[in-house]
Amino acid sequence: MKLTNRSKVVVDKELTWVEKLYLPAIVKGMMITFRHIFKKKATVRYPEQTRPVAPVYRGVHVLKRDEQGRENCTACGLCAVACPAEAITMDAAERQKGEEHLYREEKYAARYEINMLRCIFCGLCEEACPKDAIYLTDRILPSNYARGTFIYGKDILVEGITPDQRVDVSKRKKSYEMNT
Amino acid sequence: MDWTLLIDKSILVLVVFAISLGVAAYATYGERKIAAVIQDRIGPNRAGPFGLLQPLADGVKFFLKEDITPTGADKFLFVLGPALFIITALMTSAVIPWGHSFFIDGREFSLQVADLNVGILYILAVVSVGGYGIMIGGWASNNKFALMGAIRAASQMISYEVPLGMALVAIMLYSNSLSLRDIVDMQQGFRWNVFYQPLGFLLFLICTFAECNRAPFDLPESESELIGGYHTEYSSMKLGFFLFAEYINMFISSALIACLYFGGYHFPGLDSLGLHPNLLAVISILVLFAKILFFIFLFMWVRWTVPRFRYDQLMNVGWKVLIPLSIVNVLITGAWLTFVK
Ligand code: SF4
Ligand code: SF4
Repeated sequence: MKLTNRSKVVVDKELTWVEKLYLPAIVKGMMITFRHIFKKKATVRYPEQTRPVAPVYRGVHVLKRDEQGRENCTACGLCAVACPAEAITMDAAERQKGEEHLYREEKYAARYEINMLRCIFCGLCEEACPKDAIYLTDRILPSNYARGTFIYGKDILVEGITPDQRVDVSKRKKSYEMNT
Repeated sequence: MDWTLLIDKSILVLVVFAISLGVAAYATYGERKIAAVIQDRIGPNRAGPFGLLQPLADGVKFFLKEDITPTGADKFLFVLGPALFIITALMTSAVIPWGHSFFIDGREFSLQVADLNVGILYILAVVSVGGYGIMIGGWASNNKFALMGAIRAASQMISYEVPLGMALVAIMLYSNSLSLRDIVDMQQGFRWNVFYQPLGFLLFLICTFAECNRAPFDLPESESELIGGYHTEYSSMKLGFFLFAEYINMFISSALIACLYFGGYHFPGLDSLGLHPNLLAVISILVLFAKILFFIFLFMWVRWTVPRFRYDQLMNVGWKVLIPLSIVNVLITGAWLTFVK
């Protein structure tokens, strides 16, 4: 298969006298590298610039709330079971009287943690979730200095209540609708 | 003993010392930048504006790293290796004439630490001792990769010092002197040695690449096969010394090439402008540094272009090509001097 028209057939022939000098080839090579000094740089200066990602990119998770701002998750544990990397742990708790505005179902996750160092961003957790609660987003996992900081709890995962704090997952939702 | 002379020279030594270290530090920055642009990248740009504080950060990091001495290592030699290497690297700068003399209160202030009448021999001698730094370091590490690197360094230095010396012999024949100051002053105007000794220049350049352990002759530390070569076992500032000394060597070699073949601090037409001697001195220093920077750039440019020689190729090139060529060069120079001139 021919990928480019720059490919050369390799032959194991004796070098000619000029080739044995190496110098012409070295000078030729140096001209090539010199030209590259002025070429456009391929670098993406990451935190300031980001590469465009696919609409269905699988980045850091979000735990969704419904329209009234109640957490969707009912701590059924299906996501944890589905997770091939065993990255998810949670503690369930019963919803008390007066907490109806916080949690949609009678049972909710008091603790919900994803170990981002274990997670392989496969998206099986969102596929498993019966309550539309967990989604992957196009946010890239930020680096950090300490390992412990990569265990994301509810404080990071759950989206905010106000409209501007909501995380848009419509693109991933749509990709599921198209596939099913 | 003339005290003013002593003070003059001490100041000059300190300045040259500081400049050598500064240039070496920024050569690491330059290396990374040049590597980056050649590979269509940007290179260090986070520490300070344009990443200019990167060498500082690197230095701090070297100091903060754990200093490990392997159990099987010879404690004394393990320290001696890098020390010897960096000391010799810094010593070579003593005979390089950095520019025209300054005149302060009618007193001449020479910009050369020592005008040895055997300057070239001095450099050859000191550089060879530097080779011991590598060998001792590699040997004392008690590590097979380090030892392999040291063996390679030794054989490479021995093989390439011969054509290097031969190229210098041709220069000595031509200029009738061993003093660097004389050689530089001979090249006033545009009578640069490179026009009379093109082959000698080429040989000298190739051999300096080998002497500095720079690609394509960086076999002593070839990462791909020897991990880190002779400094595999080194860490912290001892490793820093090795790496630093390499850049100092590169700086001094570039200065040497500029002095021997490219007229040193002379630039055609500059001396006849009738400038004030002090201004002339400043400009001459700048001229020399421009030449030096060009050669440092050349060193890096080659490094990021050419892959490493194989060991047998290295020996073949050294003994079967460079040494015969250098002998031919000496013969031609001798014949030309006796019959034509
Ligand atoms: S994306 Fe995959 S690996 Fe990550 S938590 Fe969900 S199921 Fe586990
Ligand atoms: S996120 Fe979904 S699958 Fe996981 S526990 Fe909550 S409701 Fe169940």
